[in-house]
Amino acid sequence: MSESSLQDVRAVNGGGSWFHRNQIAVTPWLFLAPGVLFFIFYVISPIFQSFNVSLYDWDGLGEAEYIGLQNYQDLYWEFVDRDAFFVSLKNNVIWLFLYLLAIPVGLMIALFLNQNVWGIRLYKSLFFFPFVISQVVVGLVFTWFYDPTFGLLNTIIGWVGLGPINVLGDERFVTYGIIAAGLWPQTAYCMILYLTGLNAVDPEQVEAGRLDGAKGWKMLWHVIIPQLKPATFIAFVVTIIGALRSFDLISIMTQGGPFGSSRVLAFYMFEVALSEYGFRMGYGAAIAVVLFLIMLCFIAYFLWSMWKEEKGAR
Amino acid sequence: MFPRPIESTARTTQVAYKTLLPIALLMWLAPLLAVAVFSVKPDADFTTGNYWGVPSTFEGLTNYGKVFLESDMPRYLLNSVFITVPTVIGAVALSSMTGFALGIYKFRANLWIFFMFVAGNFVPFQILMVPVRDLTLDMGLYNTKTGLVLFHIAFQTGFCTLFMRNFIRALPFPLIEAARVEGVAEWRIFWFVVLPLMKPALAALSVLIFTFIWNDYFWAVVLTQGPESQPVTAGITSFNAQFRAAYHLMSAGSIVAALPPVLMFFLMQRHFIAGLTLGAVK
Repeated sequence: MSESSLQDVRAVNGGGSWFHRNQIAVTPWLFLAPGVLFFIFYVISPIFQSFNVSLYDWDGLGEAEYIGLQNYQDLYWEFVDRDAFFVSLKNNVIWLFLYLLAIPVGLMIALFLNQNVWGIRLYKSLFFFPFVISQVVVGLVFTWFYDPTFGLLNTIIGWVGLGPINVLGDERFVTYGIIAAGLWPQTAYCMILYLTGLNAVDPEQVEAGRLDGAKGWKMLWHVIIPQLKPATFIAFVVTIIGALRSFDLISIMTQGGPFGSSRVLAFYMFEVALSEYGFRMGYGAAIAVVLFLIMLCFIAYFLWSMWKEEKGAR
Repeated sequence: MFPRPIESTARTTQVAYKTLLPIALLMWLAPLLAVAVFSVKPDADFTTGNYWGVPSTFEGLTNYGKVFLESDMPRYLLNSVFITVPTVIGAVALSSMTGFALGIYKFRANLWIFFMFVAGNFVPFQILMVPVRDLTLDMGLYNTKTGLVLFHIAFQTGFCTLFMRNFIRALPFPLIEAARVEGVAEWRIFWFVVLPLMKPALAALSVLIFTFIWNDYFWAVVLTQGPESQPVTAGITSFNAQFRAAYHLMSAGSIVAALPPVLMFFLMQRHFIAGLTLGAVK
């Protein structure tokens, strides 16, 4: 950098308009403005509005009547619809735990596919493929897969002499059946995360481990999995979010049935606020708030982890 | 490499592995293959109970022809395109700006704004549903593609900002300092220095957002109704009502609805996976 051009810079920064002098301080705000305003308008402020709506009795059209915490009391005392709220809550917990299976299963498939044989790239893509399909289609595909008269599942268990089971029509199985459908694309996602992670595993550490006599499970547990930590974190985040967002599959496969036994909070809220149950916006908002508070625990944890990372980066 | 490369194992293990691969794949994709087989079967096979046998005749052309000519499917597909493409453009444009601001500049609110985007991106849709629907109604945009697009752009900006900001953080910062020393205006640094370097991120985000929005169902149901504005994910339910119990047509319809993101994935695979796995490796 020559002396003269440095002086030019000083000339530019020193003189000129206010904007020129404060360019570095002002520019980020100009770049942020459209995105931030849009996001606040459509995402951040509706969260608070929902909290507010949950204190009203409102059908979405007429006057809203302030009723305080009445909606939450109704939820607790199951005043409105049998035990719909607690069934939904219980199913959400089942979803959360079983959905996490996508992580170990995804890791297993990734380990299975992490080889260098002919055509393996195509195999990897095809294994990943369910993730790209819309959940609506996944739901339809699995509805037919489970169908008691012609579904592939019953055809297969018919070969070993087991009677037809109506997975989606039986209160005992229905939630597990839908979760299995959801695990299909979710596992594919976790698999691709781990395949990328395995690619970056340090070969020297693996060799060192081999020299120390580690192999199989021991190697996996002590050498490989610690190195896959970033992939595991992302897999954990997307799986938790996916489990709590489960709506599409339930809406397509069972509409919450039979007898409301496969509802989760996300679906129950929609049902209360926007479908034939009538437009009970306030009550729906109260359910949404409960769901949001559950999610908030996880969001706080995610942000905390990211914050620690950011501190470390500086 | 872990597990141990298969080439260095016994011959029998290699053969076993290579036979196991296609079998595992068939099992993994079985539910989908079943639907693909259904979609080329004639109507008669279902009435005679020939569900899993070889199709008695190949009716792929007839079935898919019906989907395109005798239903609202083309309309729904077109709606999906008109919803998805503007959303991709809008969200990527907004977030390359926010990502630039948060990735390059140091100011006190930086991390807070970043976390606002990240947190907003994780909230359950249901907490937004009532107010957003109300907002859309008030603006006269209920049951329009515009209403859906505006919301999608805003919401996706959260995820896109997370992505862009982390990508820009990883760019070599001396490049920007050099430009500043040369007296280049900040917006020109964005346009001529940073944006050209962001091409891989722009490509990856575009395919990801395309898939997310194409596959969206919840907001389509909340903010639209009817064939004039509904995308294909919501339209498929009315399609299935129209062809109730005609499994060959419903299967063909589902495959048509699922196809565009699948094509996108196979054409842009490298970008797609790079986008999904950003941050999976340190």
